Amino acid sequence: MIRFTQVSKRYPGGHEALKAVSFEIAEGEMVMLAGHSGAGKSTLLKLTAALERPNGGSVLVSGKNVGTMRSNAIPFLRRNIGLIFQDHKLLFDRSALDNVLLPLQICDFDHRESARRARAALDKVGLLNRERANPIALSGGEQQRLCIARAIVNRPTILLADEPTGNLDTEYATEIMNIFHSLHQIGVTLMISTHDENILNHHVGRTLTLKHGELQA
Amino acid sequence: MTNWLPRHGRVLQFALRRLAATPINSLFNILVIGIALSLPTGLYVLLQNVQGLLNEFSGTPQISVFLSLTSTPGDSAQTGEQLRNLASVSRIEFIPRNDALEQLKRSTELSDVIGGLNQNPLPDAYIVFPKKADVASLESLRDQLKVWPNVDHVQLDSAWARKLEALLHFGELAALILATLLSIALTAITFNTIRLQILTQKEEIEIAKLIGATHAFIRRPFIYYGLLQGLLGGLAAWIIIAASLTVLNTGVRDLAELYSSSFTLHHLAIRDSISLLLFSAYLGWLGAWLSVTQHLRHIEPR
Repeated sequence: MIRFTQVSKRYPGGHEALKAVSFEIAEGEMVMLAGHSGAGKSTLLKLTAALERPNGGSVLVSGKNVGTMRSNAIPFLRRNIGLIFQDHKLLFDRSALDNVLLPLQICDFDHRESARRARAALDKVGLLNRERANPIALSGGEQQRLCIARAIVNRPTILLADEPTGNLDTEYATEIMNIFHSLHQIGVTLMISTHDENILNHHVGRTLTLKHGELQA
Repeated sequence: MTNWLPRHGRVLQFALRRLAATPINSLFNILVIGIALSLPTGLYVLLQNVQGLLNEFSGTPQISVFLSLTSTPGDSAQTGEQLRNLASVSRIEFIPRNDALEQLKRSTELSDVIGGLNQNPLPDAYIVFPKKADVASLESLRDQLKVWPNVDHVQLDSAWARKLEALLHFGELAALILATLLSIALTAITFNTIRLQILTQKEEIEIAKLIGATHAFIRRPFIYYGLLQGLLGGLAAWIIIAASLTVLNTGVRDLAELYSSSFTLHHLAIRDSISLLLFSAYLGWLGAWLSVTQHLRHIEPR
């Protein structure tokens, strides 16, 4: 599903974020991405979603080379990837429901079907009773769940989460991880970056560990 | 494809809501566009009215053809026949030299002087009514007649018409220059409005790109906004001109009464009105398009 081959990424200014990273993630796999802050976890996720382009090597997602993809093809790649950020990236000028509706509007979904799907996504993350609320009125954990609802509403096959539990206490973090596990069960491919030891210890699948931009064996 | 119409309907609704969200701002933008557009358009409307007035007052133009004093009655008749046969002439009127003298005696106070003359100083003359009334064809007809044998003098009173036509042409040029400059200014206004909108919605644009929005999807509401703002500006210009003409007409009516004429100023014809709206909408679209093309490129999620 996702294959990195000798991928390196150097930012302007000379900082080498990734050095010759190679790995493969199978369809339906749930993989943890571990490492200290600045190890290159975010860069790796950004390369997968074509938010950055690699300086060397190739990034394949669903068989397509994302690194050399034409810019007008990128939106269609991103519609198949749900993105979850530590800082949520929610819009505070509209309701929770409208935030979740955004990806469907972008894909030109039918109006009524959109509302139905958005409510289903909110239900999945336990926010159905807050659909009219402005995201600013939600707690940190609720905002993160809203971000997840937005990421899964158009049923992507891949979900990328960058430190989704970063600012949350253990109870909220467990809720979030439970949502990810239920998505894993319905066949979604997940790549989740974290430095939370607790989560890493409980993870049953594969963990990729980055150190100074290099993948540890 | 089946979603095409509702999709654009939604974007239009969205643009309208955005206009309504900042009513004072939008109103002033629309007024600025309206006032700027009403200047050249108003000038154009006035010129059109003057042109209409000109046609009303000048009536049918005529050319006076004076034959030479030495031409015999037979020569005069022959010249009349030739004039009648010209394709560009609609009809002619013959004024024999004796009739002309009689008329002069009757109508002026010079009758004593004229009575003292021992021979008629006036030639036979024709008044020619041409088919086309514009200055160019009148003058070419005059030049044609001037070289005929037996024709001594051809008089076309076109000098004042020429002057006025040149003046109108000058006015038209001024309107055109004004329109060109203000069009550029209006495009710039929309360009800036959209630029500000893009800056305030930077976050939303970034997020939309993150979740797979195409360029077209992001541009569309801005383009619609520009189009709508231009269209409403054009409408404002139309209303401004209508109001101004109503005010001016009260003055014109008094003036026209003095000349026992029923002249009033007319607004743009329907076709010109539609052109005004389309053109202002186009300027709005252009400004928005340029702005979006220029500014959206720099907004990329990271």
